[in-house]
Amino acid sequence: MLTFTIRRLILSVPTLLFISLMIFLLLELAPGDPMAQVPLTVPPEVKEKMREALGLGEPMHIRFWKWIVQFFWIEPQVLIDHYFGTTFSEGSLRVISWQTRSPVMDIVIQRMPQTLWVVGTAYVVAILIALPIGIYSAYRQYSWFDQLGTFVSMVGFSVPPFFSGVLVIVIFSVQLGWFPSIYDTTHVVDSWESFVKQLQQMIMPVMVLALQITAQLSRFMRASMLDNLNQDYVRTARAKGLSEYVVVMVHVLRNSMIPVVTVIALGIPSIFGGAIITEQVFKVNGIGQLLIGAIQANDLPMVQTLTFIFAVLIVLFNLIADVLYGILDPRIRYD
Amino acid sequence: MTELSNPIPTQPPRSQWLDVWDQFKSHRGALMGGILFLLIVATVYLGPFVWDIEATHIDIRSRNQGPSWAHPFGTDQLGRDMLARMMAGGATSVSVGLTAMLLALFLGSFIGVLAGFFKRLDGPLMRLTDLFLALPLLPLLLVMMLLFREPLNATFGPEQGIFILIVASIGITSWMPTARIVRGDVLAIKEREFVMAARSIGTPDSKLISRHILPNVLSPIMVSATLGIATAIITESSLSFLGLGFPPDFPTWGRLLFDATDYLQQYPERVFWPGMAISLTVLSVNYLGDGLRDALDPRIRGR
Repeated sequence: MLTFTIRRLILSVPTLLFISLMIFLLLELAPGDPMAQVPLTVPPEVKEKMREALGLGEPMHIRFWKWIVQFFWIEPQVLIDHYFGTTFSEGSLRVISWQTRSPVMDIVIQRMPQTLWVVGTAYVVAILIALPIGIYSAYRQYSWFDQLGTFVSMVGFSVPPFFSGVLVIVIFSVQLGWFPSIYDTTHVVDSWESFVKQLQQMIMPVMVLALQITAQLSRFMRASMLDNLNQDYVRTARAKGLSEYVVVMVHVLRNSMIPVVTVIALGIPSIFGGAIITEQVFKVNGIGQLLIGAIQANDLPMVQTLTFIFAVLIVLFNLIADVLYGILDPRIRYD
Repeated sequence: MTELSNPIPTQPPRSQWLDVWDQFKSHRGALMGGILFLLIVATVYLGPFVWDIEATHIDIRSRNQGPSWAHPFGTDQLGRDMLARMMAGGATSVSVGLTAMLLALFLGSFIGVLAGFFKRLDGPLMRLTDLFLALPLLPLLLVMMLLFREPLNATFGPEQGIFILIVASIGITSWMPTARIVRGDVLAIKEREFVMAARSIGTPDSKLISRHILPNVLSPIMVSATLGIATAIITESSLSFLGLGFPPDFPTWGRLLFDATDYLQQYPERVFWPGMAISLTVLSVNYLGDGLRDALDPRIRGR
């Protein structure tokens, strides 16, 4: 197991390097000019200086190398400095956003909590709803509950978030006026009233995201339960006279959770990056909105860094899912 | 000469596709999904011949009207007929969905068959697939939209250019699941006796693939085709919704929904129609795929 993990970790380094190179080359083709916003009265030689200050004058491979160094060497130093008060990174150039001229990672850190709160809550809520639904619809296959569950998850698959989001806005904030349609990120929770307000503004985005995730997870849970319910060991357990509750919730559930846990792990990167559309609908200024804004403003270092962070998360959680699978299911041996 | 015990079969032989159709018919959701999908496709393509108001015809005097006999879905803020716009938008969205699905299917089957059939190519091609799966797709799609919009617009004109761009980028970013499924099936079929028999009489590789392997992996390909239409339509609408898809005067369902969100307070029904159209199309395609999967699986068929 350990050797497998180490081998996969080592293998993921070239993968990630290749992905970063691909993203970099794709962005290299960008037609936009970061100097487009600068007024025409600025003389061309000053513009040229500004361009060089952004690191644009050098050839492609040097800029790529610089980005690699900044991202993998300088940013971790900044992190260490931040926590331990050391001064490793003093004087070295960090990845700078062209939009705000401030370090990209600082902005990412600022935006992270909103995304984590909204999307993370949705994920937890979805897991809590999806697992019981999946278990019960597998246990009572083809009952009306199962049919309803199938239909609801089909709807969850089919209704895109930009429609369900707008729909709940129409119903709950335009017609009923219960919840605000725009997520207020400056809101500080310090009392019971402000906590209720925070809950109110979180309900709609969480609802929309949770519907989607629930649809997928409950299908997975159901299929995995069905695979196990007809196995011989279940019959043995029943024949031994174990109660139905113990058979289903202990014997079957534990075995059925193996693939579901890995699916849950695989979905975690989407907590950070996937909810781009939902964030856009409810105006949550999280990571997704940051990316959209950066793309529209031609802020290449920001786009490069964000896309790469998403790629790192995907690769990392793929690895975690594989390792989890090996730990949970002793039949699987990678070595 | 003794008589043969059973000289003439009493029933004509049943073809495989008849069995598939029988199984498909018994899945009520799939049948309804299929009919609904055909109906939607027929409406968006043939509808404009019946309802002959131009989707781009501006009649500013009759703007923001509710549903009436002259305009069953009402009119938008420039007095354009919503029904005509829905049909025009649907034609674009469905065309994008179908073409992107075909492209992804072609790429996926090609890579899947190559990786499954030729052992030497298996490693590199599957690593490539893993690599593509590790890419953050929606961000990359957005980046591609931003980057290649202008050069393609200049070469092919604004509508053709963006159509090619959207279809190509969706196709390039969604072939991986098909490739994996096809590879797995090819690996299993390659070892079967009929393939060995065909090889032993000197069938060249190209014929072996086209005659013996491809027909046998058709069912997973067909299932991923239906699901591919659904994802392609949703992706196109998301791009249009984020303002990075088709230009504003060129309606698609996603674009219509995006435009309607500005008038959410006054005319919420305008959001409803395009959203409903997208959801219904995707729902019908999903049910269709579900039924196809059951119908094409010989282990389930006949039960």
